[in-house]
Amino acid sequence: MENIIEIIVSSLTDQNIALIYILGMCPLIAISTSVKNAKGMGYAVIFVVTLTGIINWPIYMLLKNTNTTQISLLVFIITIAATVQFLEMFLAKFSPKLYNAFGIYLPLITVNCAVLAVSLFFVNRDYTFVETAAYSFSAGVGWMIAIVLLAGIRQKVNKFSNLPRGLTGKAIAFIILGILSLAFIGFTGLSFF
Amino acid sequence: MKLIRVKYTKWFNILRDGISRNNPIVVAVLGICSALAVSNKVENAIAMGLGVTFVIMASSLTISLIRNIIPQKVRMVTYMVVISTFTISVQAFLQAYFMPIADALGAYVGLIITNCIVMGRQEAFAAKNPVKYSLIDGFASGMGYTFVLVTVAAIREILAFGTLLNMQVMSASWERWVVMAMAPGGFFVLALLIWGVRELIHYYEKPEQTL
Repeated sequence: MENIIEIIVSSLTDQNIALIYILGMCPLIAISTSVKNAKGMGYAVIFVVTLTGIINWPIYMLLKNTNTTQISLLVFIITIAATVQFLEMFLAKFSPKLYNAFGIYLPLITVNCAVLAVSLFFVNRDYTFVETAAYSFSAGVGWMIAIVLLAGIRQKVNKFSNLPRGLTGKAIAFIILGILSLAFIGFTGLSFF
Repeated sequence: MKLIRVKYTKWFNILRDGISRNNPIVVAVLGICSALAVSNKVENAIAMGLGVTFVIMASSLTISLIRNIIPQKVRMVTYMVVISTFTISVQAFLQAYFMPIADALGAYVGLIITNCIVMGRQEAFAAKNPVKYSLIDGFASGMGYTFVLVTVAAIREILAFGTLLNMQVMSASWERWVVMAMAPGGFFVLALLIWGVRELIHYYEKPEQTL
C-alpha cells in the first residue's frame, strides 16, 4: 500500500511525466492557449492513459510468456490506436454530451507520446497490475496539472505582457515550462514514510 | 550560372525548406519530447537524430510506394504500423551494436513512433508525392531535426559537463551548471534557440487571441 501511495505522489510531483520526463510536448504546447481547452485535453488524456495502461499490462504479460517482447512496441501502439478509435465511436453513440466535451481531443491522443511512454515505463520498472493502474492514472493527472498550469500562465502572459516578436507564441511557452519544471524539481526527495 | 539553375529545381527547394524555412522543430514546433529529453549529451543527440532520419526516410519510401493502394479510412493505422516496424529495427540495431547509447536513450527510442515529425511527413508529403521527392523530403526533415538537436545538445553539454563529445573543452575549474543537464535547461536553451532562429529567418507568430 505504501508503495502505491509513493508511486502516485511521485508521478504527480518529482517524476511528473510532462515537466520532468518531457513527454507529450506537442499537444501540451499546441492546446495550452486557453484553460478551457487545456482541461478538456487533460481529462481525455487521463481517461485514455488509464485505460491503455490497464489493457497493455495483460497483453505484455502474454507477450512475455510467449517470448515475443521485441514486438511489444508495435502491439502497444496498435492497442492505443484501437482504444482511442473505439472510445470515440462509443462516446459518439452512447454519450453525446461527453463526446462534445472531449471528443475533438481524442484523435490527437494517439500521437501523444505520454500515452505510449506510460506503457513503456511500466515495462521498464516491472510494475504489478495494481501498481500499473495506479501509475497510469496518476501520470495522466500529472500531465493534466502541467497543461492547466501552463495554459493559465500563458493566458495571462498573452494578455498583459509586451513580448519581443520572435518570442511570442511557442517560444515563451518553453520559457514558462522551464520555470515550472524547475519548481517541480524542487519536490525531489519528498517522502512520507 | 549552373549554380543558379540548381537553386530552382524541385529537390533543392524541398531540401532547403526542410532544413531552414520549414524546420520541423524551430518553425513548426513538432517532435519536441525527444528533442529535449535526449539532448543533454551530443552523442545521444546524434544517435537520436540519425535514428529519426532513418525512420522518416524508410517510412516515407514505403508509404510513397504504396500510397495509391492505402484506403483513405485506415491510412493512420497503416502509417503507425510502418513507422513502428522501422522504429523496432532502429531499437534492435542500437541494442546490438551501441549498447551504452541504447541504455542512455532508454524508452525514448521507442517513442520515435509518436514523434509528430514522422507522422506529419507521411501525412503531408509522402502520401501525395512520388518516391524520389518523398525520400529527399524525409532526409531534409530528419536533417533539420538533427541539426537543432545537436545544437541544443552541444550548448547543454558544454555548460553542464564542460565537455563536448566527451572531450574536455572548458578549463578544469569550470563550475558545472547542473540544471542544464536536467529538464529545465532543455526548455530554456530550446526557447532561446527558437527565438534566435525566428529572428534570423523573420518568422513570427501572430499574437494569440485568447478569451
